[in-house]
Amino acid sequence: MFSCQHSGFLCTTDHLNKVILAPWVPVVGLEIHAQITSNSKLFSGSQVQFAAPPNSLVSFFDASLPGTLPVLNRRCVEAAVMTGLALNCTINKKSLFDRKHYFYADLPAGYQITQQRVPIAVNGSLSYSLCIDNKMSQMVTKTVRIKQIQLEQDSGKSLHDDARSQTLVDLNRAGVGLMEVVMEPDMCCGEEAAAAVRELQLILQTLGSSQAIMAEGQLRVDANVSVHHPGEPYGVRTEVKNINSIRFLTKAVDYEIQRQIKELENGGTVVNETRAFDSKLGCTVPMRDKEGKQDYRFMPEPNLPPLILYDAKSLPANVNHQQVVNIDWIHERLPDLPSVKRAKLVELYGILPEHSFTLVNEDGLMEFFEDVVKRTQMKPKKVIGWILSDLLSHLKQHSLTANESPISSFLLADLLNLLENGDISSSAAKQVFEELWKGEGKTPLEIVKEKQLELIQDQEELEQICQAVIDEREKEVMAIKEGNKKVINKLIGLVRKATRGRANPLLVKQILEKKLSE
Amino acid sequence: MTPRNRFRWRVMRVLALCRWLRGGTVRALRLGAAAASSAPPSQVRQRLGPCRAVPCRAVPCHAIRGGNGLSSPVCALLQDSVTVEVLDHLERLALVDFRDAEGVERLREAVRFAERLREVNTEGIEPLDSVLEDRCLYLREDDVTEGNCTAELLKNAREKVEEYFVAPPGNIPLPELEERDTFLKGS
Repeated sequence: MFSCQHSGFLCTTDHLNKVILAPWVPVVGLEIHAQITSNSKLFSGSQVQFAAPPNSLVSFFDASLPGTLPVLNRRCVEAAVMTGLALNCTINKKSLFDRKHYFYADLPAGYQITQQRVPIAVNGSLSYSLCIDNKMSQMVTKTVRIKQIQLEQDSGKSLHDDARSQTLVDLNRAGVGLMEVVMEPDMCCGEEAAAAVRELQLILQTLGSSQAIMAEGQLRVDANVSVHHPGEPYGVRTEVKNINSIRFLTKAVDYEIQRQIKELENGGTVVNETRAFDSKLGCTVPMRDKEGKQDYRFMPEPNLPPLILYDAKSLPANVNHQQVVNIDWIHERLPDLPSVKRAKLVELYGILPEHSFTLVNEDGLMEFFEDVVKRTQMKPKKVIGWILSDLLSHLKQHSLTANESPISSFLLADLLNLLENGDISSSAAKQVFEELWKGEGKTPLEIVKEKQLELIQDQEELEQICQAVIDEREKEVMAIKEGNKKVINKLIGLVRKATRGRANPLLVKQILEKKLSE
Repeated sequence: MTPRNRFRWRVMRVLALCRWLRGGTVRALRLGAAAASSAPPSQVRQRLGPCRAVPCRAVPCHAIRGGNGLSSPVCALLQDSVTVEVLDHLERLALVDFRDAEGVERLREAVRFAERLREVNTEGIEPLDSVLEDRCLYLREDDVTEGNCTAELLKNAREKVEEYFVAPPGNIPLPELEERDTFLKGS
């Protein structure tokens, strides 16, 4: 029961009662933490690795032992600059580090080094597309503003042992470099939030600055949700945490919007609090351990001078290249972003934008498609149908990526060539596809010969079969002669059955029509 | 940590708190006398105002002698700003213990000392927050050079479970003022 710009109308369940309920405008903002892909941590030389023995990837600095100092990792700076450039941000040539203080067992220093005053990148934008009405036929492009991107440290991991009333702390993750991407509250529902995050994920993976796998905690999303009536000021917002996948993000945001609307319509108020998403129950619950509004007592990090970045103009001469990060140099080496890849696909192959979307969205599918197109004479517009409906549906059913497909791009190209040359019909091709999927190592040609699926090329043989069908079906023949042309399809079907799919339907139709007009 | 280092550490933290508190006082002064003492610490902006802070050595506050050179209304303001509420808030945030009147007086002295800086006209001057500002920030190559010292790190832990550190379940917030055993209750 809230108004969503992209669906273009008030999604109230009861249109008749719209006088009673004023529309609600939900406002959704996101804070995304992406773990930087690097060998070592942001301020220390310990390794970054998922799932290692507890506390084995921890240096003295990470454990916050006295007498240790932070030393900035160059790779993390480059990753942040790449991401900032990809999101159309202004890169701050001088950025500063600060300390954010709060107490928690997995933050041994008692503070986190972050960039609160002057972050490394500000004022960018992210464009994303989503389908209207759940059909892939119509896509609309939206933009969300990026407030800033900052470098900060990750905290360790806490394992809560409620049985023994204790918390076990593993500091392997403490000190790993994070990029925090703060998005302005320009979104209005779970679907928009999910689409924006998916696009960001693709961008980060293309750049290589983060692998952004939510399941491994490399991409963490917190949503800020509030609702208000149009024309009135923004409502009180709540923060939703513990969202572990993009699907859950949609659910969590939509649930929270509904919860707030219900609360306000029942005369209650929305409390500014932090809530956790419970994926089993599909709802948000207040988080324990949050003591009102936190005062983080930000102060400048005294051990780190300002981070200075250069571009081609400001690059000093006679400088040690290892000590310098050149924004222009990084800009020149940015790979093609997903939006550029999609545009190129549409231009090169003449496919529809929504098709390019799926190709780029699914891991490895674009490369597969391009491989097949290279090896076959079939037009890309026809190939895409095979890729998106036949191949993709099979892959999804078995939870495989394109790289894991039992049918390689070679085999599929061979099959499509047989079809294109008129050696088999399209229904036969589908049969061959199913056989190939079993992955028994046979080529399409072998399967066709084995199952005798070749199209009957002999005109006389076809005419004989057609004649046989005509002789059998007097009733249908009468109907056609009387003017009911559609009945011919039934005869075509019968011929197809008689030939076990080995007749070219167009040719059959021609022969039948000729015979019936005699 | 040696007792001397612990003392220094404590003073550094108090100085950091002073800067934070000074930020609150500056804002209070800007808002005008009426709003002065009620400027809630939680509204303190993190920007530390247009004051060029002279880097302080870690000098214990009670060693500062001599007149403070401030006019009496400001002096009174200072006394007002370090209220029981502020001290309780500080204790909760930083888990320091002011312990007795001398501790609070030390804080007041520190604030008074820092306030002297307001006599300097810093119109249009960029704030200095680190003497390292002209230094080059060294960038390290992305190589793995540390880690793998689990046993050494766990040596200091009082309790451990299979190479994990053990901590209490979640944060235990400081009890409310009424329920605490602190001298602040008396003031």
